[in-house]
Amino acid sequence: MPTIVVHTARSEFRIRRAFRDIVSATLHPHLWLVLGWLEVKQKYRRSKIGPFWITLSLGIMVAALGVVYSRLLDAEPRDYIPSLAAGLIIWQLIAGLINDGCTAFLAFDGVIKQLPAPLGVHLLRAVWRNFIILGHNMIVYILVMLIYLKNPGLVFFLAPVGLALIALNGAACGMILGVLSARFRDIPPIVSNAVQLIFFITPVLWRPENLKSRVWVVDWNPLYYLLEIVRRPLVGESPPLSFWAIAIGFTIASLAVGFSLFARFRGRVAYWV
Amino acid sequence: MPSISVQHVDVSFPIYEGAQRSLRHIMTNAGGRIASVTHRRVVVEALKDVSFDVHRGDRLAILGHNGAGKTTLLRVLAGIYEPLRGQVAIEGRVAPLFDISLGMDLDATGYENIRIRGLYLGMTEAEISTQIGEIAEFTELGEFLHLPTRTYSLGMRTRLAFGVSTCITPDILLLDEGIGAVDANFVEKADARLNALIERSGVMVLVSHSMSLLRRFCNKALVLEHGSVVFIGSIDEAVSAYTHGHERASEGGLTRPLSSH
Repeated sequence: MPTIVVHTARSEFRIRRAFRDIVSATLHPHLWLVLGWLEVKQKYRRSKIGPFWITLSLGIMVAALGVVYSRLLDAEPRDYIPSLAAGLIIWQLIAGLINDGCTAFLAFDGVIKQLPAPLGVHLLRAVWRNFIILGHNMIVYILVMLIYLKNPGLVFFLAPVGLALIALNGAACGMILGVLSARFRDIPPIVSNAVQLIFFITPVLWRPENLKSRVWVVDWNPLYYLLEIVRRPLVGESPPLSFWAIAIGFTIASLAVGFSLFARFRGRVAYWV
Repeated sequence: MPSISVQHVDVSFPIYEGAQRSLRHIMTNAGGRIASVTHRRVVVEALKDVSFDVHRGDRLAILGHNGAGKTTLLRVLAGIYEPLRGQVAIEGRVAPLFDISLGMDLDATGYENIRIRGLYLGMTEAEISTQIGEIAEFTELGEFLHLPTRTYSLGMRTRLAFGVSTCITPDILLLDEGIGAVDANFVEKADARLNALIERSGVMVLVSHSMSLLRRFCNKALVLEHGSVVFIGSIDEAVSAYTHGHERASEGGLTRPLSSH
C-alpha cells in the first residue's frame, strides 16, 4: 500500500492537511488506544492495586468532603454526596483534559521527532487517557448510588451525550493549548494554576443555590454548563435546554478556534517541541 | 514505486532560548548559518534550497560535518519536518530509524514497545501479531522482551528498534548513525537485513560519519555543507571530494561543481 506524502509550504493546503491528519488519526485508533492505556498503567507500575489508586483516592475524597461539606452547606447527605461524587468525577475529567491538552505534544516530543505519525494521535491519546481515568472513577459513583439506593432513571442516558461534548472540547483544548504550549513553555504552569483556581469558583463542592445572589462568575463559566449536562443526568435530573444550548455553542466555538490554530501551526509543532 | 523528490527546500529553526550571544558564537563556528538575529530570537537556517531525487534501488549516503543539516534532512525525508519553502514528495512506506533512545517508552516492556513502534509505523494490529514472533527472534532478546526497556543496554534497544523498523518491509528506510553502536554479530544480521531490504527494490538513505559503512551500503551520495547541497553523485566520488574538501575547508570549502539535476 504505497502512501504518498507531499509537503509543500503553500498555505492553501494547510486546512486540508490538518483535516487529513485528524481523520487518519481517528481511523487508526489502535495506536492512541494503546498509548492511553500504557500511560495510565505506567503511573501505577509495580503498585499493588495499580490504576485502582485513582478509584481509591477519589473514594476517600468523596467520603471526607461529603461529611464535612454536607454539614457546612446544611445539605442532606443522601442528596449531597451522590451529587458531590458525580461533580468531582466530571471535574477531574475536565481538569485532566485541560492539563493534558497542554502536554499533548510536549510530553511526546521524542516520538514526534522520530516517527512520522499524525499529530491527531496525540490529541486523541490525551482524551482517551482521561476517559480511562473516568472509567475508574465511575466505580465510586456506582458505589455511592448503591449505598444511598438512588436510581437516576432514564435521564441517566443523557450523560453519555454530555460526555461526548466534553470529549470534543478536550480535543479542541489539545489543539489550542497543545500547540500554544509547544511554542510558549509558560502556558502549562499558568493553565494548571488557573484550573486549580477555577475549581473553587465552579459549583462542584457547592451549588449555585448556596449563593445569596446570582454571581456572574458562575453564570459566565462555560465549564459549569459542561459539568451540569453530565452531573444532572447522573443524579437523575434533566438539565434545562438552555444548558445544552450553551454547552453545544461553546463546543462549536472551541472546535473552530482549535482547528484553525491546529491547521495554521501543525507543521511547526515538530520544530517547537 | 518508492521515490523521494525534494525541491528547493528551505528549513530554518527558531531558537527561543536566551543567550543569543554565546549561541551566535557557536553557530557561526560550526553548523548552519544564522539568518537573522533580532533582539528576541535567533533563526538557524538548517537547509537552504535543497533539491534532489531518489529512486528505487538508490542507497543514498548523506555526508557532511556536524551540524551541516544531515539529521534535519532525514527528518524532512521522513515527513516529520514540513519545510518552510519548497516541496517534498515521498512515495512509499517510510520507516525512520534515528536516535534509538528517543521514541521508545522506557517503562513499557520490549513486547509493548514492538507493538507501539509498529503502530506508529502504520502497521495494523493483525500485521503486528503475525510478525511479532519474527521480530522477537531477530532481536535475540528472548525473555528480556517481558522486561521494561529501561533495563536494556543501548545495543539491545537498537536491536529492538531496528527489528521493528525493518520488519514492516518499508519502501523507504531512513537510517541515522547508531547502527554501528552494536556488536559485530548484530552488524552481520543487520547487514543481511539491509541487503534483503534493498533487494526488495526499496530506497535507503543513510547518515553516518563512517566512510567504510557508507561505502559498504550506499551507491550514491550527497554532501551537505552549511545546509546546502555541494555535491551529489556516486559514493566514491563523494567520499573523495568530501575528504579533500575537508583538507581544503579553510580555503573556502568544496570547489567541485554541483551536479544535482
